[in-house]
Amino acid sequence: MSEVRVAGTGMTDFGRFPERTGRDLFAEAGLAALDDAGVDPGDVEHVFFGNFMGELAEHQGHMGPLMAEAVGVNAPATRYEAACASSGVAVREAVRSVRTGESDVLLVGGTERMTNMGTAGATEGLSIAADDLYEIRAGMTFPGAYALMARAYFEEFGGDSTDLAHVAVKNHEHALPNEHAQFRSAITVDQVLDAPRIADPLGLYDSCPITDGASAVVLVSEAFAERNGLDASVAVTGSGQGGDKLALQDREYFARTPASTAAAEEAYADAGITADDVEVAEVHDCFTIAEVLAIESLGLYDPGEGLGAARRGETTRHGDVPVNLSGGLKAKGHPVGATGVAQLASITNLLTGTHARSPDVGDLRVGVAHNAGGTVASATVHVLEVVA
Amino acid sequence: MSGDERDGEAGGSERVRDAGFDDLLDAIEAGEGHYLRCSNDHGSLPPRRVCPHCGDRDLTERPLPDSGTVSTYTVVAVPTPQFADDAPYVTAVVDFGTVRLTGVVDADPEAVETGMTVGVTVGTSETTGDRLVRFVPR
Ligand SMILES: [Zn+2]
Repeated sequence: MSEVRVAGTGMTDFGRFPERTGRDLFAEAGLAALDDAGVDPGDVEHVFFGNFMGELAEHQGHMGPLMAEAVGVNAPATRYEAACASSGVAVREAVRSVRTGESDVLLVGGTERMTNMGTAGATEGLSIAADDLYEIRAGMTFPGAYALMARAYFEEFGGDSTDLAHVAVKNHEHALPNEHAQFRSAITVDQVLDAPRIADPLGLYDSCPITDGASAVVLVSEAFAERNGLDASVAVTGSGQGGDKLALQDREYFARTPASTAAAEEAYADAGITADDVEVAEVHDCFTIAEVLAIESLGLYDPGEGLGAARRGETTRHGDVPVNLSGGLKAKGHPVGATGVAQLASITNLLTGTHARSPDVGDLRVGVAHNAGGTVASATVHVLEVVA
Repeated sequence: MSGDERDGEAGGSERVRDAGFDDLLDAIEAGEGHYLRCSNDHGSLPPRRVCPHCGDRDLTERPLPDSGTVSTYTVVAVPTPQFADDAPYVTAVVDFGTVRLTGVVDADPEAVETGMTVGVTVGTSETTGDRLVRFVPR
């Protein structure tokens, strides 16, 4: 089995760029990743691309070939869609392709254009990650669905909005030096609690923003990296994916995310590690409650214990396992289809010591990226390790 | 293509029927709501050919209990455009035993709580007039 190396990373600034097309965003991120890797576009054998709602946002389907063209790659290209986990599943397919020996050089990335839709339009667009018949027609929104999960969590395990507020405060603080982040402003617990409610018990500051942006990584085989003298010291050593029923009402749990648990267990077994080996994590915190559910599913905390982690300081940059050092979806921003690969890029940069928060955390050897789709009916987990 | 053409003259924004789902709404409206039960006693909602819990294909219609209890709920303040005039409203998941339904609770947001008993009916969105599952406190 070929070892998969991350040869380069690239991303645009995340934020409000309503006038920028998806193709322009991906061109910037993809070319940055290729340049960072020192790989010629002509060497790329396939583009694996994640996007959720190009049809709704910019009247654009069939985005794979378009994005390959945008970065000067003349090779097959495929779009993957798994709601907010779109580029996480693209990474997984790329990893499998390198491992089987089928490919040596792949460009993997994602893009989402969202702010041009306005708040109502984006709320509608995001809602279609839920069940149309049984959820959307009942007034379900993306924040609404996570609010249902948050209330169920409080009912089952205790805790309250103040605990959640600490997650938002932490992630905003983490984003301060991240030049690509949408929000680079510190917030307080009181600000989070006093903010307008979006879907009670979640307020404006419990929610990720609506974001435009793109991300990309170049994945290569170990053999290709050595043959071409690439600087690629980080490997993707574990990959996992889990699934669950689409509609919340059909799930066994409202306050747990078994799809993420399955993805994590598979990725850890694949890498030959346990949760105890994880030193840093980028997790899918589209809402504050989502980070709590994620760190529990990753095995970093038992069910019911993750809620207090940020408040206790354990997941801050000073804690044992810092979570979302880039600011997370919450402060870094969440251009849906770009998020999974942006997480992979962030972990890679943390392991190579080139991340804006590297001075805070020193040398790290093992990190995980957790990407979730919808209310976690899809989830991917990837383990990255320093191997050279 | 203009918006008028897209919507169609006769039906306005009326949807094409979704078999199974609209049958269920009709049945609930008539006070004869149903769900599907597999031979292993798992519940699910139509349209389905397979039990989502065990894969059994032997599904039979059973009467939906007359009332259920609120499992979890939220007060949606920022809605999709289809619910613009409805907001704020309460979306809840209600437990009817072996099956759960998501719908809008016809009650003041302050009055809704987990565990409360509600009946099920069919109402309409204030914004679009589209039919939807509504829960009425008992
Ligand atoms: Zn069954």
